[in-house]
Amino acid sequence: MKHYLTLPDQMEQLMTEEITPELFERLVELAAFAFDPEEAEYLRRELNKQLKAIHQLEAVPLEADVPLASHGVTYTPQTRAALREDVWESCDNPDEILKQAPQVKDGYIIVPDIPHTKLD
Amino acid sequence: MSILEQSAFNIAQKVQHGELSAVEVLEAALERIEAVDGRPGTLDYGELTEEDKAKVHAFLTLTADRARQQADEVDSRVKAGNWVGPLAGVPVTVKDIFCVRDTPSTAASRILANFTAPYTATAVERLEVAGALTLGKVNLDEFTYGSSTESSAFQPSTRNPWNTFRVPGGSSGGSTASVAAGEALLSLGTDTAGSIRQPAAFCGVVGLKPTYGRVSRYGLIAFGSSLDCPGPVARNVRDAALMLSVMAGADRRDSTAAIVPVPDYLESLEQGVKGMRVGLSPDYMRITFPDPRTGDLVQRDLPDEIRDATLHAAEILANQGAEIVEDVPMPNTAYGIPAYFVISRVEAASNLHRYDGVKFGYRTKNDFRDLSEMYRKTRAEGFGLQPKLRILMGMYVSAAQYSEQYYARALRVRSLIRSDFDIAFDPEGAYRVDALLTPTTPTTAFKMADVYGDSVLMQYADQLTVPANHAGVPGISVPGGIASDGLPIGIQFLAPDFAEETLFQLGHTFEQATADADWRQLKPQVLK
Repeated sequence: MKHYLTLPDQMEQLMTEEITPELFERLVELAAFAFDPEEAEYLRRELNKQLKAIHQLEAVPLEADVPLASHGVTYTPQTRAALREDVWESCDNPDEILKQAPQVKDGYIIVPDIPHTKLD
Repeated sequence: MSILEQSAFNIAQKVQHGELSAVEVLEAALERIEAVDGRPGTLDYGELTEEDKAKVHAFLTLTADRARQQADEVDSRVKAGNWVGPLAGVPVTVKDIFCVRDTPSTAASRILANFTAPYTATAVERLEVAGALTLGKVNLDEFTYGSSTESSAFQPSTRNPWNTFRVPGGSSGGSTASVAAGEALLSLGTDTAGSIRQPAAFCGVVGLKPTYGRVSRYGLIAFGSSLDCPGPVARNVRDAALMLSVMAGADRRDSTAAIVPVPDYLESLEQGVKGMRVGLSPDYMRITFPDPRTGDLVQRDLPDEIRDATLHAAEILANQGAEIVEDVPMPNTAYGIPAYFVISRVEAASNLHRYDGVKFGYRTKNDFRDLSEMYRKTRAEGFGLQPKLRILMGMYVSAAQYSEQYYARALRVRSLIRSDFDIAFDPEGAYRVDALLTPTTPTTAFKMADVYGDSVLMQYADQLTVPANHAGVPGISVPGGIASDGLPIGIQFLAPDFAEETLFQLGHTFEQATADADWRQLKPQVLK
């Protein structure tokens, strides 16, 4: 996808198709989704529109020393909470938490078969 | 004056002194809800009727029994001469993105529709300890992903109390509508790009996004963890200050809740604005937005009415002794939304992977062969379009081969947005402003269904509010007038980290100075 940056005259056309149907299918697989064709078309169109807005960031002059900001507010040793002791604490309502799971047996959460390949 | 026309501050005082009972206040609120709210949002809603279109639909879950118990407890403590908190007898609503023990906590999503929280969020717990009456959970955009509340899986979605054919804004639309319609005196919302301030502006109420880390996020269903801020919605600035003073402060359950002392916000409220330097920036007086026809980004000046309301507020503050500093450059404002499209999506995708039909929430009712198919069907059926869009975008822009181009660049632009504020607020710098004054939104509340579905245009509704989320600084929206379309206009103040006091002083001074203005006498349609 880097070639978009080197072909400004074709940028417009390419950007509208940045998420191609094939790339979209790969993302859907990775995200563990499944869509009907109409839904897929809406989502792909919106993704491409959003990317068009995102490409505006390429116009921002970034000096080499501009750091990545994971937060806006700076934390200092005085304002940052210390890590809690790594000690076990009891939970007063484990049953209530387990009750939320769709399938539970003997205090364990049950999942369907995990896809696997048998090795000979 | 009827009970619900009084401020939360006055009601709490009267309840504390036994001049008014919490039960009386609660009954008045329940009566108002019955009169204006209409049917609550549900998953199986059918057709909207004409009656539906004239109601507010703020609520998803009314917890009248919980509130009654709380009211009885407050009244019996007052009777026994025991301590009651600073919010004694004040009815509040809670955006349904907060966990409240034993109540459905849905995030307005089908995927959490059957989830009953086994614990209570810190902010809610602190409100309840302070004597507030929790009326229930109110509607929002699904997982907070929107600016109109229309993307909720639970319909009818909330409508604007000033004109029920307009959106309330979002994502805290249920919160701001419930306060504007007088159903509650206060509401707890969240703001990730403007989700408290934008709907507050649209509904003509006060909404505060505190500094990141001022209020604990424990029990808040996460969206953008580096941006999310719980905050108050109120009818006036004093009530917002009162609510923040109850909720703010460190929390051992949230390591990002900063260890910074909580000042007495109410005490400093009356200090006025004499000598305060208030900045105006040309970069907040124009908007960039995608042309609906071509999708190309175009720049335009703000509508005159919105700009004039902001300049008028500056004039009023100048008359109260503030010094107005013009032409404060905030050159990276226009990049707030593009950077947000990247950062918030990456954080959302990461936070949404937990919903998989295994531990809690929805699991597909259809057949599946194995775990992978169960994941796919559950997520496809459980999530609405907006969460799906965010997950897909978040995965794309953070993928190994693209992250430098997109995610890393957006995080660096975030640094530049922060530095705009640092320069403006620098006490040794060229501008030395105590706060910036800007419009809150580029327009008044738009018509329902007008923008919904266009995920780009919808996001641009937040362009004047999102820079504060990137920077972490606090911002407040206060009503600044009524436009010719009869809808409220919001003005916004932005201040340095943890300077919420400054925001309250400015907002309160403006409120007092405009108390007799004609537009202040106008009431929302549903209250007429």
